[in-house]
Amino acid sequence: MSIIRRTTPRMAVLSLVFVLAIAGARSAQAAGSETDFGTAYAAAEAANKEAGRLRNQWTVTAEALAAAKNAADKGDFDHAIAAAKEAEALAKASIFQATSEKEAWKNLEIH
Amino acid sequence: MKAPLAILPASAALLLAAVTFAAMPPAVAADTPDPVADAKAFRDYFVKKFPNVQLDDFANGPYSMNEDMRRQWEEKEQFPPYEFSLEMGKEMFARPFGNGKSYADCFPNQGIGIRQNYPYFDPKEGRVITLELALNQCREANGEPPLSYVGDEMAALTAYMAFTSRGKPFDIKIPDDPRALEAYQSGKRYFYTRRGQLNFSCATCHVQNPGERMRAEILAPALGILNAMPIYRSEWGGMGTTSRRLTTCNSQIRGVPLEPQADEYRDLEYYLSYVSNGLPISGPGARP
Repeated sequence: MSIIRRTTPRMAVLSLVFVLAIAGARSAQAAGSETDFGTAYAAAEAANKEAGRLRNQWTVTAEALAAAKNAADKGDFDHAIAAAKEAEALAKASIFQATSEKEAWKNLEIH
Repeated sequence: MKAPLAILPASAALLLAAVTFAAMPPAVAADTPDPVADAKAFRDYFVKKFPNVQLDDFANGPYSMNEDMRRQWEEKEQFPPYEFSLEMGKEMFARPFGNGKSYADCFPNQGIGIRQNYPYFDPKEGRVITLELALNQCREANGEPPLSYVGDEMAALTAYMAFTSRGKPFDIKIPDDPRALEAYQSGKRYFYTRRGQLNFSCATCHVQNPGERMRAEILAPALGILNAMPIYRSEWGGMGTTSRRLTTCNSQIRGVPLEPQADEYRDLEYYLSYVSNGLPISGPGARP
């Protein structure tokens, strides 16, 4: 009993410190994620804007951007960042397509 | 004495190069559009690919490629699904605007039997004018708001105008104007350019795969594909304009459609109509 009496307050304090540490870490991680999301989303939007300038946006890019925004609004920054990066990759693929097709379309032409 | 001997081979090489380059067509010529040659090659391609299809029958789209579908379509044509839209279009066409004028006042021959001449290149505006655009220009010139290019009213109006032109061969002109030729070339470029996440061009379906199935659909040949516009589509449960068809095509390949009647779409219509010159107007059409 005496051992329990002596260790319980100490364990309680340690547990509290541990919980607070985890909470603090999660909070710090979440704050970092939000910043990362902002960066990833801005990059995706910029790439999609360039695809728009080339008149070659893809519907799936818009869907990925919307999914990223939706996840961020719910505080799920892991999914938000993943969706934003997917959107950026799709937008860059559409830019590549538009650029390469400037000449490649001729290969399909009937002669 | 040695110098002239050394110069001789160099001179010969230069002469050979000059002759060679003179014999080659200039690089520009290779990229200069030749609509007449294009149209011939386009037609020959489809005629060779489908030797059993009569030339005029290409205007009937997938029905020219599949006997079962054709029989069903012929049955449906007894009571065509576009009939209500046709009636609506006829009534709309005759109804005067607020200022007392009507559509007939905006078009040659009072707007009857003229579908085969659209789109055309307008040198004053320096751009291609489609029938849909001309109808809205007419409305706005008479103080009426423009209609949606993808809505039922525009589909009804164009259905009526196409109906009055049935059987008349497409007669699209490319005037001697570099801007007209550029519009034609722009339309051709759009037709063959791959886009959307599926990486399809218009030609992927309508040149490389007409007659083949895509899910439940049988793909229509590009030759004569606009002759049947506008179309009633069972899939849509109603009539659709050319604008609706083009924007939907883009969405289906996961590309963001351009705004209806964008330069690219009007140029595309110009190109596709030109290469179908001589084939009869068959619109309004009905498709699954």
